[in-house]
Amino acid sequence: MGSRSGERAGAGPWLGLTQAPRGFALVVTLAPPLIVFGIVSVLLTDLFWGTRLLGTDPVKSGEHLLGEWTIYLLFASLTITPLRGITGWNWLARHRRTLGLYAFLAVVFHFVVWLFLDLQFVVSDYVGWATLETDLTKRPYIIVGMTGLLLMTPLAITSTQGMIRRLGRRWQRLHRLVYLIAVLGVVHWGMSVKKDLTEPVLAALVLALLFGWRIVASRRRRAERVA
Amino acid sequence: MRYPILPSSEITSESAYLDRRRFLTAAGLIGAGLVGAGSLQALTPTADLAQPKPLGKPYGLQPGDTPTSWEDVTGYNNFYEFGTGKEDPRENAQGFRTKPWTVRVDGLVEKPGNYALEDFLKPSVVEDRIYRMRCVEAWSMVIPWRGIMLADVLKRAKPTSKAAFVEFTTLMDPAQMPGQRYPVLEWPYLEGLRLDEAMHPLTLLATGVYGRDLPPQNGAPLRLVVPWKYGFKGIKSIVRIRLVERMSRSSWMVAIPSEYGFYANVNPAVDHPRWSQATERRIGNFRRIPTLPFNGYADQVASLYAGMDLRKNY
Repeated sequence: MGSRSGERAGAGPWLGLTQAPRGFALVVTLAPPLIVFGIVSVLLTDLFWGTRLLGTDPVKSGEHLLGEWTIYLLFASLTITPLRGITGWNWLARHRRTLGLYAFLAVVFHFVVWLFLDLQFVVSDYVGWATLETDLTKRPYIIVGMTGLLLMTPLAITSTQGMIRRLGRRWQRLHRLVYLIAVLGVVHWGMSVKKDLTEPVLAALVLALLFGWRIVASRRRRAERVA
Repeated sequence: MRYPILPSSEITSESAYLDRRRFLTAAGLIGAGLVGAGSLQALTPTADLAQPKPLGKPYGLQPGDTPTSWEDVTGYNNFYEFGTGKEDPRENAQGFRTKPWTVRVDGLVEKPGNYALEDFLKPSVVEDRIYRMRCVEAWSMVIPWRGIMLADVLKRAKPTSKAAFVEFTTLMDPAQMPGQRYPVLEWPYLEGLRLDEAMHPLTLLATGVYGRDLPPQNGAPLRLVVPWKYGFKGIKSIVRIRLVERMSRSSWMVAIPSEYGFYANVNPAVDHPRWSQATERRIGNFRRIPTLPFNGYADQVASLYAGMDLRKNY
């Protein structure tokens, strides 16, 4: 695995875990889609059968949950590299892409719920292209969010093994967009809340930590190369 | 039981059937209610025993308007003193002490005074009125309030000729109101009305909902209800009513002046900077409905704003 910086030199991985604990891969692969599809199913259950699983306003709750899970999954994906560096658990690497892809799954549903259930584009007789156009061109938080979603699309499309091989070095460069996407996601969250910024600010701090680790690691790497 | 089936569905479930029946009854009753004093009691879903009956005379209800369930009215609202989530107030307000409660009426009045709540309410007629409620966040409810006319209180206090605005203040008590420990808004919450708005017969000081005393999360023991304005004008747990000469500040105006104005009249033609105000989602229903000028009370209140540019005075 080369000598990545930040990697624990010599001592071997934490807790002696040279490979993933049993069942770990299964959990990482199954939990996020279960959560995303779970939110969507519960939302639809509330809408069709009047259950109150998501409370009084299931559309808003579901939309917000999907948006929040987009951020959490994106962060989870961005945590893999630092975590790997600190613990030496190199077997984490294969989950980075999977988690990113699940973040895309969450954001797609977040978008669909916003468009058709909340805004009710064409679903409502009162909401047509004019309303959508205004939202997409005049409302900064929507523009920021949409930009994030659009930038995620090529990353999702190129997340297959075949694409990685085909794109070679360009793949990595393209996928650095994830840093911008994460920033857009957090900014979109911050701009969409009415007044209480607690959660978006916490998210921004986590993101800063994730970025900070990378900056420090890359500095160290450069220093090692010079030495 | 609460959401009509989505349009694509062909299934008529029992709940959809009941909803439809309720809609039809409502449409009929409101038709009647506008002529005589119709009561909407018949609308209470018989299946739900926890739900008290909505009491009162409907004011400005539109076809299809049915009272929002007790559960939603008392479990989903903004009251930042008890948390910024809409389900926080019910959770955090339960220990709130509303007895004893004193209301101070002062400023530019001939008869200022501190009143125990009972004495404050005693001279007035308590009425049950069903109003529409439109939140600035583009959701809405229909709420059976109980209360007295603010005009009644003001007349007794006798505003002087200089009085032009009324300023309201919420209790300041961070020990009881955990939200006040954080500077989310400027505390205590302040709101204001122009004197003619305050004197309008639709303007209520509510003491109850669904024929019961206000639950603490809904602004007990005394809150403002101005049905043609966005919900945030309805200041809760009022301790002071002050008559003033100049336009008073309100907490939301101070917090985000570009988004919240003094008047805050419901107006489908003036968007909130972050969303359209042309339609609203009625709590308990899926489909958006058009938002009406002055929330459907234009006939009664539009004249108050004759000649004013409502785009500027949002």
